[in-house]
This record gives sequence, C-alpha cells and structure tokens, in this order.
Amino acid sequence: MNQARLASIGLPLAVGVVFLALWQFLVTWLDVPRFLVPSPTVIAATLVEDWSLLWTSLLFTLKITFLAFAAAVVLGTLVAFVFVQSRLIETAFFPYAVLLQVTPIVAIAPLIIIWIKHPTAALVVCATLVALFPIISNTTLGLRSVSPGLLNLFRMNKATRTQELVRLRVPSAAPYFFGGLRISSGLALIGAVVAEFVAGTGGTSAGLAYQILQAGFQLNIPRLFAALLMITLTGVALFMGMVLLSKWALGGWHESELVQER
Amino acid sequence: MTIVEIRAADKVFANGTRALAPVDLGIGPGEFITLLGPSGCGKSTLLKMIANLLEPSSGTLRWWGGGFDHVGTEGKKLVFVFQDATLMPWASVRGNVRLPLDLAGVERAAADERVNQALALVGLSKFDAAYPRQLSGGMQMRASIARALVTDPNLLLMDEPFGALDEFTRNKLDQDLLELWQKKNLSVVFVTHSIYEAVFLSTRVVVMAARPGRVIEQVVVDEPYPRDERFRVSQKFAEYARRMQELLAHANTLGEPAH
Repeated sequence: MNQARLASIGLPLAVGVVFLALWQFLVTWLDVPRFLVPSPTVIAATLVEDWSLLWTSLLFTLKITFLAFAAAVVLGTLVAFVFVQSRLIETAFFPYAVLLQVTPIVAIAPLIIIWIKHPTAALVVCATLVALFPIISNTTLGLRSVSPGLLNLFRMNKATRTQELVRLRVPSAAPYFFGGLRISSGLALIGAVVAEFVAGTGGTSAGLAYQILQAGFQLNIPRLFAALLMITLTGVALFMGMVLLSKWALGGWHESELVQER
Repeated sequence: MTIVEIRAADKVFANGTRALAPVDLGIGPGEFITLLGPSGCGKSTLLKMIANLLEPSSGTLRWWGGGFDHVGTEGKKLVFVFQDATLMPWASVRGNVRLPLDLAGVERAAADERVNQALALVGLSKFDAAYPRQLSGGMQMRASIARALVTDPNLLLMDEPFGALDEFTRNKLDQDLLELWQKKNLSVVFVTHSIYEAVFLSTRVVVMAARPGRVIEQVVVDEPYPRDERFRVSQKFAEYARRMQELLAHANTLGEPAH
C-alpha cells in the first residue's frame, strides 16, 4: 500500500481516535451526566445492549432508503432521457423539477402521509422526492455534455439516434450520472429519516429515526446517540459504496478516477 | 471525372460574418490538394462545405457528379479527420478505430480484421488495447487517421490534423501520409497554415487570404513522388515556398482596412 493510500485511511482514522479520546476524557473529567452527553464507552455499551432493537430498526430504514434510491434512479434517468429528446419538454417541465429541489420535505411529508394509506409506501415516496432532483439534473447535463467533435463524427457516419444515444450520449453522461448517484444516495437516507420523523409522531414506523424520537421522549439519551451513530455510519457507507461504483465504472478512463503520476 | 466540383460557393454566417467569398474549385481523382492560408481565410469553412458539415449560402457543390445523398456508396466514400484526434475516451484504440464499422453494422470479426489492417498502416498495431489517455498526441492522431481509413475511403478531408504536434512528429506524419495516399489511391484535401507542409505534400496548393476569406491563386507543385527530406531542402522547394510567401504577403496588404 503506497504512501497516499495509507495517508487517506490513516489520517482520518487518527483524527477520529483523537476526537473520541478527547470526548471520553472531557465527559469523565467534567462529570457530565449520561442523560446530557454520554461518553463514547457508554454509547458503545448501549449499542451492544440494544443491538436487536437497533438492528431491526436499521434494516427498516435501509429498506426505505434503498427503495427510494432505486425509484429515484429509475425515474430520474427516464425523465432525463425525455428531457434530452425534446428541448420543448425540457423547457416546459424543468422548473417543476427544480421545485422538487427547493420544497422542504418536512413541509410536504405530512400531506403525503395523509394521502397515501400504506405507511411504507408513503415513506418511500417522500424519500424518493428528496433524492430525485440530483439524478434528473446531473443526468440531463451529462446527456447534453457531448463533445461536439464526437457528435460531428457520429453524424458524418450516419449514426441513428439510438446509436448516438447508446454509444455516445450514455458514456459521455456516465461521469455526471455517477456524481449524481453520490449526492442522491445520501439524500435518500435523509429523506427516509425525515419522513420517519414526521410519520413517527403518529407512532406508525419502526425505523432508526423513530427510535431517536422515542429515545428523546424517554430521555434515553445514550440510545439516541447510538441510533444517531448508526444513521451516520449508514450515510458514510452509502457514499463509499457510490465512490467504489464510480471507480469501477470510470476507472479506466475518466480524469476523476486517475491517479496522478509524480 | 471530377470528384468534387465547387461552383461559386460562398458562406455567410447567421451573425453576418462573411466567412468565404465565392469559390470555384475542382478536385480530381488522385490529387493531393492543400488549402493554405492564415487564420480567418475560410479554409476550414471550405473544407466543412466539402464534407457537407456546412451548407453554402449560395453556389453549389457536387460530389462525384451528384448530390450528397449518394456519397457513402462504394467508390464514393468520404472521411473527415479533425484538428484534434476526437477519440472516445471511454473506448480502447481498437474500439475507437472500429467505430465507423460498428455504426454501419459490420460483423465483429470482419470489422476487427479491417481494424488490424488500419492499425498496421499507421503503425499502431501494438497499441490496440490502450486507452486514448495513455497515448501521445502523435499516436492519438494516428489512431484518428486509422479510424478514417478503416472504411476504405476514396476522399480524405483533413483539417490541420498535425497542427498540435511538434515538428519532428509532424514531418514524420507528413511522410507517412504521403505513403498512405499513394498506397491506397486516395484523393486528399488538406488544410494547413504551414507553407512548408503545403509545398511538401501537395500536387496543387490553393492559396487563400483573409478579410474577406477568398482564394487568391492555385499553384501546381510539379515535383515527382515519392518525396522525402531531400526535397524539403532543395532549391525548387525554396522557390515554391517563396512564391507562396509572396502571394500571401501581397494578399495581406491588399486586405488591410485603410486607417
């Protein structure tokens, strides 16, 4: 393992360890009560103790997240393709796609939960709405960002529209698409958590966000932190997953994945 | 028969720029024609009209005695080599060179065979699995030329293809291009702003000037092939070069707006 790789893993790890050590030290030294700020050791103990509860909750949240992410990718890509086929449609509908981006999900989630009877479906819809825009935006941009020289080349060779789409536009769009995936995966998780929060006030969900709410009400702060930690780690894992996917897809040729020779 | 017949073709762009004054030009089979001139003389515009990438604002172009729709059939194939290699960065050299055949639906095995031949012609046989990023500028250009040759064209249009390369690579590629031209019985229209390149390569040089873009004169380079470095340093070469130089300088002063 070369120096760069070692540094990229070792340095953040070192920061984390120092941070945890400091936290542990301060909480113990200042004698902060565990229902205010639990120490890392207390959180770890809670994780072990409440593992079965937290694990099932995690699975529930993950289910919503993945379903929403998948729906966002499929739907977003379809919309992007439609936009690219017709400038007219794009001009007409893009502002509404932007609306998706700027409307706070906290405000519409209650509506959706009332409208859609099935609780899981309602949560998935909320999370999909949050995760959708980056896919649409990035994929459309990518499909349009074709090198004019290559486009001329294809036209000169009398390529059909399908050939142009599959052999030129899709590979050209790939870097942008994977960039969108990185953003969207995290947003799917956020959307799932926020939706659960809103639904949780009705006491019908069983995900990690619900556990956080409940723990809050019961002043079980260590459990709250434990659940929070799991959500955070999930977000990081999702992002890393997308990074690996990017590397696999673009590794051979795109500037973003190349290692600089020194 | 004349391969390309250009009659009084000119180009005015949408914003009012007069890119090219009316041009009369004929390109015969087996010729190596160079369009030589400074920036803004309309040489790239003229080349793109020959490639049907641009339409003339007035005047006509005819290819093999007919319109552009029958271009592409056997014996009437035309290819364009761009100023930069224009390779697909996500595909290997083989994938790039094979593209025209893939688009035409040629069966994979037959296509790969033709790719091998094309790569051999440009000296890239060992690099078929490499990606464009891994190649030098000269090699990328060779790959681009291989792609042009893989369809067995009759007319090769080249828009300052060696402009971005260093002089050694450029001279080498000039030489290789002449060999290809003779071997494959091509007709070539080559755009450049280098007088030396024009004299070295061509059977006929079309000298152009800017402001407005126009053809000044056509100079026949009456020197036998194969041509090599000895021609480059010969007396005749220098005379041709001086002739072009004078034509271009004279046209520049004529074209200057009075202050």
